[in-house]
Amino acid sequence: MKAILISGRSLGHGLGLELGKFSETYYRSAAACEMNTEDMKKVGVGTGDFLRIATENGSVVVRAVEALEELPQGVIFIPYGPWINAVISPRTDGTGMPSYKGIEVEIEVAKGSEVLRAERLLAQQ
Amino acid sequence: METRTGVICPFCGCLCDDLEITIERNKITNAKNACAFSLTKYLNYMHERVLEPSIRTGEERTNVSLEDAVKRSAEILVNAEYPVLYGWSSTSTEAQHLGVELAEELGGAIDNTSTVCHGPTIEAFQELGHPSCTLGQVRNRADLIIYWGSNPLQSHLRHMSRYTIGAEGRWRKGRDARTLVVVDVRKTYTARVADYFIQVEPNKDFELMSALRLAIKQEEIEQDVVAGVPVEDIEELAQLLIGCSFGALFYGLGLTMSQGKNRNLDAAISLVKDLNSRTKFVMMPMRGHFNVNGANMVFLWQTGYPFALDFSHGYPVYDPGVTSVVDSLSRNEHDAALIVSSDPVANFPKQAVESLYKNRLIVIDPHRTATSERADVVIPSAFVGIECAGTAYRMDSVPLRLKKVVDAPSSCLPDEDILRRLLSEVRRLKGGS
Repeated sequence: MKAILISGRSLGHGLGLELGKFSETYYRSAAACEMNTEDMKKVGVGTGDFLRIATENGSVVVRAVEALEELPQGVIFIPYGPWINAVISPRTDGTGMPSYKGIEVEIEVAKGSEVLRAERLLAQQ
Repeated sequence: METRTGVICPFCGCLCDDLEITIERNKITNAKNACAFSLTKYLNYMHERVLEPSIRTGEERTNVSLEDAVKRSAEILVNAEYPVLYGWSSTSTEAQHLGVELAEELGGAIDNTSTVCHGPTIEAFQELGHPSCTLGQVRNRADLIIYWGSNPLQSHLRHMSRYTIGAEGRWRKGRDARTLVVVDVRKTYTARVADYFIQVEPNKDFELMSALRLAIKQEEIEQDVVAGVPVEDIEELAQLLIGCSFGALFYGLGLTMSQGKNRNLDAAISLVKDLNSRTKFVMMPMRGHFNVNGANMVFLWQTGYPFALDFSHGYPVYDPGVTSVVDSLSRNEHDAALIVSSDPVANFPKQAVESLYKNRLIVIDPHRTATSERADVVIPSAFVGIECAGTAYRMDSVPLRLKKVVDAPSSCLPDEDILRRLLSEVRRLKGGS
């Protein structure tokens, strides 16, 4: 399914920053993709299922969760962090700022995959 | 047990200055008035702490003296063709000042984290200026608040209670005295408590602001819906904004990180200018790291430019999109990096991270971070605002002096002291003073 990805801050993500980038809190927050329930049905995932997010820049597996803050259909949310960075383009449109929001992505169920911890994800780069 | 009052929080750009920190035997046991982020910071600042300087050889990391770590760092930087010095938003203005001096001495590049947060804001401010004020003025006078692309109930937890809809100001007291408008792609927690919620389509903020400007000028909008918002809602919002006595537009990365970027801010500045022909309106970016605004200020007063600086010509060159760190890393232009109080490995697109990995990497930071894990040299530092004093700029550009509340571990010096030693060693190696 095609979707628009936006990233941002969340409470869990902010607390995770203070507990460390290798903490369980940070992993649980930043490696999670919030979705509209209708989109979850369309893709065929439930909360906790694995989801592959892909752009022309790369792909990453994250955990699907029902949106805590209401999302319109076709829009997904992942907090800032190494997981979303795996699919973000380094192009900055002459501003210095990569597009961390409003990115076209392809999402699909990622059965049999795993959501890598930050250490392993970054070791692959 | 000791209680320190009037402590300023070193978490976000709000720099809340009413914290009461309880200390028992040099350990922080409570932080009264602190938000959830702040409390977590104060109670966990020793978690994942780096206590000894170290140098990595191959896969092996060896603890060394601070003197040896500084010497090795200076060697790396002096021997590099074009080092980049990055971070600077979670340290003091005193340290930031030394960072710019070091970049000039090395003929390197220096950028701060605003490059990946409100850089587009700063670019637009430099082009067009911006009407603003202090947060105190907002608290005392504003009767209409907008959060656009900003979700303070998840990012700046006390902003609303201290400065906007919940604040007890001199002339505006509490929630009933103010109207809250939220513009966002999502119906966020902040949107749920708004009087007016405008749900904009992703990447369409520029279009919505342009339509709103037309409505404010009472010109016809030749569409039924703009950016997913019915025109009648846009016209109603325009009347609401015109009708306020003192409006304040707070905005977040929803504007700077989505399509349009600095042009979204051009539109926002123009919108606020238009509103000022009908009423009083101000605008302010919601700054994230506690002293990212200070980094812009220090860079600006030292060089004339707020971020994305290149000293390789012997004088500062500012050209966002070229001299900004994500761009220059993606072009593999740097052969060494010094990272101060930041974690670009966890925050940059992977191509930029891969470029950092290819070359020598030095990290000065109190914490173990994703970046320090791969660093050739790690130098632990003291926390500004907890273990050492330092100046920081609040999001409204008011400078405040952060206090020291506990002693740092003896091996952790303030960034300022470490950078002064590093600058001295760089100059010695270069045959200077």
